[in-house]
Amino acid sequence: MSMTTPRIDSGKLGELAATPDGRGAETVFAVSDLTVSYSGNVALKGVDLAIQKNFVTAFIGPSGCGKSTFIRCFNRMNDLVPGARVDGEVLYHGRDLYGANVDPVEVRRRIGMVFQKPNPFPKSIYDNIAFGPRILGMKQDIDERVERTLKHAALWDEVKDRLKENALGLSGGQQQRLCIARALAVEPDVILMDEPASALDPISTSRIEDLIHELKNEYTIVIVTHNMQQAARVADKTAFFSVELREDGSGRHGILVEYDQTTKVFTNPTDKRTEDYVTGRFG
Amino acid sequence: MSSAQITDPYDITASSNNLGRRRRIQKLVSFVAILSAALAVALLALVLGTVLFKGLSQIDTAFFTKPAALFGEKGGIADALIGSALIVGMAMIMAVPIAILVAIYIAEYAGPKAASFFRVMLDVLNGVPAIIVGIFIYGLLVVGKGQSAIYGAMALAILMIPMVARATQEILELVPRHLREASLALGVPRWRTVYSIVLPTAIGGILTGVVIAVARVAGETAPLLFTSSITQNQISFDIHNALPTLPVRIFTLSESPSPDDQAAAWAAALVLIAFVLVMNIVAKVIANRKRRSLEGG
Repeated sequence: MSMTTPRIDSGKLGELAATPDGRGAETVFAVSDLTVSYSGNVALKGVDLAIQKNFVTAFIGPSGCGKSTFIRCFNRMNDLVPGARVDGEVLYHGRDLYGANVDPVEVRRRIGMVFQKPNPFPKSIYDNIAFGPRILGMKQDIDERVERTLKHAALWDEVKDRLKENALGLSGGQQQRLCIARALAVEPDVILMDEPASALDPISTSRIEDLIHELKNEYTIVIVTHNMQQAARVADKTAFFSVELREDGSGRHGILVEYDQTTKVFTNPTDKRTEDYVTGRFG
Repeated sequence: MSSAQITDPYDITASSNNLGRRRRIQKLVSFVAILSAALAVALLALVLGTVLFKGLSQIDTAFFTKPAALFGEKGGIADALIGSALIVGMAMIMAVPIAILVAIYIAEYAGPKAASFFRVMLDVLNGVPAIIVGIFIYGLLVVGKGQSAIYGAMALAILMIPMVARATQEILELVPRHLREASLALGVPRWRTVYSIVLPTAIGGILTGVVIAVARVAGETAPLLFTSSITQNQISFDIHNALPTLPVRIFTLSESPSPDDQAAAWAAALVLIAFVLVMNIVAKVIANRKRRSLEGG
């Protein structure tokens, strides 16, 4: 990495220099002092971090560290949980994601999400892809859009002859790639993936990982994973979250421990807790 | 070594402790349970059998095509079938949209406290005796304006709403959360997610609830006695006046001293019970078919 490339921000959000091919040159999300609580119970506390454009950013950490809670702040999915409260600031290209005049429906169009368990609609393969664009008014050339996004998600060759069949007849790995294609079909800027391969077999997992490599040139990808090898394989940057016991004994919450280039996090972590986790001594 | 004295400590064919007693209690409990189950089925068989035995011989084509008897001649139930179909049909049109919207509110929009409040209210409404609903419509509308099929339909609709709403709400809550999230995460608004994803997924269960509710209210007599019972016993499609209905017809025929009328009452009862059975089978078929398509067949 060239040292002459200027850092976007030398602040505390952990931006890195852009890669030679220009990835990472912009900040997509700037998160400051983010705290999430559910019905008054703090789940994640005081996170500062920046997500850079066209980088794959992985969130790792033990169960209960708040990594899934955190990723759901980027598309305001936490709004749907009764009693959830998000404090702090999330800037999306410099705009306040939680601003009073921001409609979460529009946020979710721009910031797509793929879930842990493949969740295709109980409709045909074609309708799964066409559903979003139709409702969002992208009605021209739906056929072409379906083909394009399925090719993009490396699924076209497997399903082109059975587009009218129920998507639930696909294998788990195919269903998950269909879900990725469905997210791509509404032309998002960012794709959030919440443990996208945890329910899949190793071959399907590696196809998803290949897909992530393909997609990062066009999209900014944030991925939560409990699989450290997966983070090491796909991510440019990795954030390690951990669980902190509250001093007053009222419970525990997640914190961000370390955020850096993936190779640094895995080979030369700064924090003892990160080292213990990535070397398998904890979690 | 006298073999008779040596006992095998691992002999699992021997009985120990109170095994005999445990066996006897086990047998007794399962016997009583089986007997009770058999009794329930036997009661149904008895009711069906009696109605079948007493009613079947009366049924012929004319029974379905002719209106009620006037003086002594053998009558049919065509007028009552038409009245029942009109009244139940109108009740369905009134109740189903409201019930589905109530269910959508409870399952998709209400907070946990409001949802539990409305669930309890629907259960209370469901428990209101049909005759009370009849008196309510009678006092509110029939007094002063006279009986009408529309008022009868209103009374039946009041009975249908909590049934359909609760059934629908329970089905909506069975629609997996991840399907809603998948839709919302695409930037699809909440109402559109409900309309395009949640309702189509739940449609089988909703139809099942509607069919069962139709079968239930089709046999309701008390509310119709107040709202649509003073009739001409002629074939009529005039919903602004009282129309004859199957349950009210069964009631009046069975009150009659004439043996012909009493026989006709059994036959009408057979028609009603057959309708209810068929509706329940239809509901089962819909539910099964929809479940299969959800599982990806």
